[in-house]
Amino acid sequence: MERKILRIRVNNEDHELYIKPKTLLVEVLRDHLGLTGTKRACSTSACGACTVILNGMAVKSCSILAVQADGAEVLTVEGLANGANLDPLQRSFLDHGAYQCGFCTSGMLMSAKALLGEKARPTREEIRQGIHGNLCRCTGYNSIVRAIAAVTDGRYGEERK
Amino acid sequence: MIKDFVYLRPQSVKEALAMLAQYGEASKIICGGQSILILMRQGLVAPDYLIDVKQLHELDFIDFDDAKGLRIGAVTTHRKVEKSALIRRHFPVLAEMEEHLASIQTRNWGTIGGNLCHADPAGDPAPVLIALGASLRMADGKGERTVPVEEFFLDYFETVLGPDGLLLEITVPPPPPRTATAYEKFTVIESDHAVVSVACSITLDAEGQRCQDARIVLGAAAPTPKRATRAEEALVGATLEERVLDAAGRAASEEAEPITDIHASEAYRRDLVKALTRRMVRKAWETAKTVSA
Repeated sequence: MERKILRIRVNNEDHELYIKPKTLLVEVLRDHLGLTGTKRACSTSACGACTVILNGMAVKSCSILAVQADGAEVLTVEGLANGANLDPLQRSFLDHGAYQCGFCTSGMLMSAKALLGEKARPTREEIRQGIHGNLCRCTGYNSIVRAIAAVTDGRYGEERK
Repeated sequence: MIKDFVYLRPQSVKEALAMLAQYGEASKIICGGQSILILMRQGLVAPDYLIDVKQLHELDFIDFDDAKGLRIGAVTTHRKVEKSALIRRHFPVLAEMEEHLASIQTRNWGTIGGNLCHADPAGDPAPVLIALGASLRMADGKGERTVPVEEFFLDYFETVLGPDGLLLEITVPPPPPRTATAYEKFTVIESDHAVVSVACSITLDAEGQRCQDARIVLGAAAPTPKRATRAEEALVGATLEERVLDAAGRAASEEAEPITDIHASEAYRRDLVKALTRRMVRKAWETAKTVSA
C-alpha cells in the first residue's frame, strides 16, 4: 500500500515520517514517535484521553487522520514542561490531587492548556465547559476544576519563569 | 481496523469534482472526519479512495449580507460557526446549537458541511437550518444545484448527493421581521447525541399577537429530520395559549416516526417530542415578541 510523507512539528521538534494514509494522529504520536503520554482509550472521540493541541486547538487525536496534520504544529503532554520545570497546570494538578488513576490526566491537561490559550481568565463555568469533552471516572471533576482555577486565579503565576 | 485506502487531496473544488467523477462509488469524501472515521474503524464504510476536502479554503467562509442572508462554506468548522460574531448577531440559535454539539475538540476539527452530509438523523445543525429555511448549494458532474435543507435527506445516512456530489455551501435567508427560532435537544448527558430534538421558528403578525408562520422540525424522531406540518397548522392564526401549545405538541408527537433503541423507546420519544415542541414553540414565540420588526 502507498505511504505518504508526513512533516509534522511535535513539541517544537520537526519530524518527517512515512505513514500509511489510514494512520491516525494518536498512532503517529504513540507508535511512531514514542510519545505515550497521549492516551488511546475509547477510540470513538467520546472520552478525550487522546486530546492534544493542534495548531493551537484542542482536538481528539484518535479521530484525526495524521495526513490531515501535515505541516501542523502539535503540542502533547510531553511538551508542557520546560525542562525540569513543570507547567503551572501540571504543578497545580499535583497540588490539588486532580487525578487518581491518571489515565485522563494528559487529555485534561491539554484541554485546560487550550482553554487558557483562548481565554486567560475563564470563569468556573467556562472551565467546566472547557473540559466538557474529557471524561474522568475517578475524581468527580471538582479537584480538576479547582486545579485549573488556581492557575487562572494567578496562584502559579509568580513562579512561572 | 481501518482498511487501507488511497488518499487524495484535491487543491480546488474543480479538482475534487474531477476525482469524484473518476472514482465515484469507490470513493468517499472526508472533511473533519469526526463521523466517517468512526464508521471506517467499525468497518461500516471502507472506501478504496478517500478524497480530503478539509483544506479547500474556497469552501471555508462565513458571510452575511442584509439582502442575501448568511452563507457558510461547507468546510467551515463547528467552532467557527459557534464563535462567529456575524452568526451570533443575526442567527443566535445557530451559535447556541453549536455550543452543545459534541465536544470542543470535535467542534474544532469537525465541519458543519460534513455533519450535514453524514445525515445522521440525530444531527444538530439540520433541524435548526430547516427551521431557518436554509438551502444547500452542491455540485456534481452535471453542474450545480441548490436544494432546501429539508429536501436534502432521503433516509438514514442518505442524502440527494450522488457518489460524485460535493456540498459547497449553506445559505440562510435573512430572517423575516418578528421572527425567532429556538432549538433544544434532549440528551442523557449534556452535549451528547440527541435522543430527540425540536427546532421551531415562529413569525408573528404585524400586531405581534397571532402566529403568521411557523416551522417545526423534529430531529432523531424519524429516518431524516422531519417537518411537523400538522403541528405548524395548529399554530398559524392562533394566539399563544396553553390549548394551542397542547394541540401543536400532540400533533407533532403523532407525526413523529421514532424508533425504539438503546437510548429510548418509541413511546418515550413521542412524549419527548410533545414536551419539546410545546417548550420550543413557547420559547420562539416569546422571543419573536421581543424582536424588533
